[in-house]
Amino acid sequence: MKNIIFYTRKFSLLLLLAFNLLLFIQCVDDDDNGNVIYQETCDDGIQNGNEQGVDCGGEFCSPCDGSGINFEGTFVQEDIAGRPAVNMIFGFSDLAQNEYNVSSVSNRSTFQEPFEIALEAYHDIYALSLDIPIEELDYETNILNWNANVFTTVLSEYDALQVAPNAPTTYLDADENIFFTGRSLSDDVMDITLKLIFGGVNGNRFDGSNDTPQLTTDAIGQGNRDFSLSFPYLEPALTLD
Amino acid sequence: MKKTKLFAVIGTLFLLLLCITFISSDHLDGTNIEGTTSDIADFYAFEGENTDSTVFIATIQGNLIPGEITDNANFDEDVLVEFNIDNTGDFVEDLVIQAIRRGDSIHFFGPVAPNQTGIESQIMTSTIHNVVQISTSSETFISNENGMSYFAGPRRDPFYFDMNRFINIKSGNAAPEGFFTPEESSDFFQELNSLAIVIEVPNSLLGDAPTHILESQGYLNDLPEAYNVWVTTKRKQ
Repeated sequence: MKNIIFYTRKFSLLLLLAFNLLLFIQCVDDDDNGNVIYQETCDDGIQNGNEQGVDCGGEFCSPCDGSGINFEGTFVQEDIAGRPAVNMIFGFSDLAQNEYNVSSVSNRSTFQEPFEIALEAYHDIYALSLDIPIEELDYETNILNWNANVFTTVLSEYDALQVAPNAPTTYLDADENIFFTGRSLSDDVMDITLKLIFGGVNGNRFDGSNDTPQLTTDAIGQGNRDFSLSFPYLEPALTLD
Repeated sequence: MKKTKLFAVIGTLFLLLLCITFISSDHLDGTNIEGTTSDIADFYAFEGENTDSTVFIATIQGNLIPGEITDNANFDEDVLVEFNIDNTGDFVEDLVIQAIRRGDSIHFFGPVAPNQTGIESQIMTSTIHNVVQISTSSETFISNENGMSYFAGPRRDPFYFDMNRFINIKSGNAAPEGFFTPEESSDFFQELNSLAIVIEVPNSLLGDAPTHILESQGYLNDLPEAYNVWVTTKRKQ
């Protein structure tokens, strides 16, 4: 009797185990609807399966000519660049720089005034350090005969590169009388910009001579860079070797 | 002794990384985008080797240290790089050239009139469409189609400037001396890379250039006709 009870219990346990296993082994094939294969091979950055290129061609992926690739959606501006270093020099706060980055080139009139304040702030810094009343040390009309208002209007409201299709490219070469025909790799745009800000009408106002601050050049040239290359014009990336 | 040297090296590297983290691009930009995949480092536009063409270069994600950091940098599939061309003189883009990554390549569209101007864009797929494989530090891929040339990949940053000294000038910490002498100054970008997109376009595809904007606005005289061009990065919403 004891044995029978024991075997029945053992049988019941086995039966319970079998039912439990059945709970885990389902026959419904709802985890493979065809998309799994597509996702695993068409978006993994390597050429696998029967792809004809990386993640393209073959049975499951979009054609390699891009005709089936998804280019849909709306893209919203996060950054913008025209003339060199405008936001870097004249954006005096994080907020101002962030606003400039998401602004449209044809809608920048509100930036003229803060740019002019920034232009004067650079001069105030030096007035204070030289013990000169700040109202006595202001921006002076530059080599282009632009006063503070015109200069900061050009920088804020016309912040694009002007590139001339029928003339050699120079950002600005006053000696050669070439003004704003583009920006080549070798143009020392920072020295040009500093000279326009601090150089006054002759370009040498604060050039370090006669006990003036050195503000018209950063004393850095192109160094060992090679700007004479053919397309793509830029030197290969530097490596650790 | 050796340990001290090691600490010094680690300390220097840490400081360098710290500097690079804080001094990002444009070349010193608002925090919302600084160091992100949409951060534009610089923009160039110049007459090509073939003088009937114009070259546009955007450097993106600047301040890449050679080695692993450069090798791991890549264009963002959600960031559209857009070269804008105003050929009428109203400072509104009449043509765009769009570039966006898909897989290991950059797809280019245009030059084409955009269906929308200003801060929002859609990709103009029904126009000139070309693809170039993204180059690496060791392999360069160039595509030439329809008279245009295309390149995308890491390159040495062409920009040179004593950025650290400028930061001190801007904050007032370099007054009254100003910039350094040639012996003391140092080029922050000398040993750095950035991701670059380079396009060379026949001028015939850009339309006639308008009167130079600085002449039409009365700021300078006798300037050659010129397009107004700028580059934007736009993120998919």
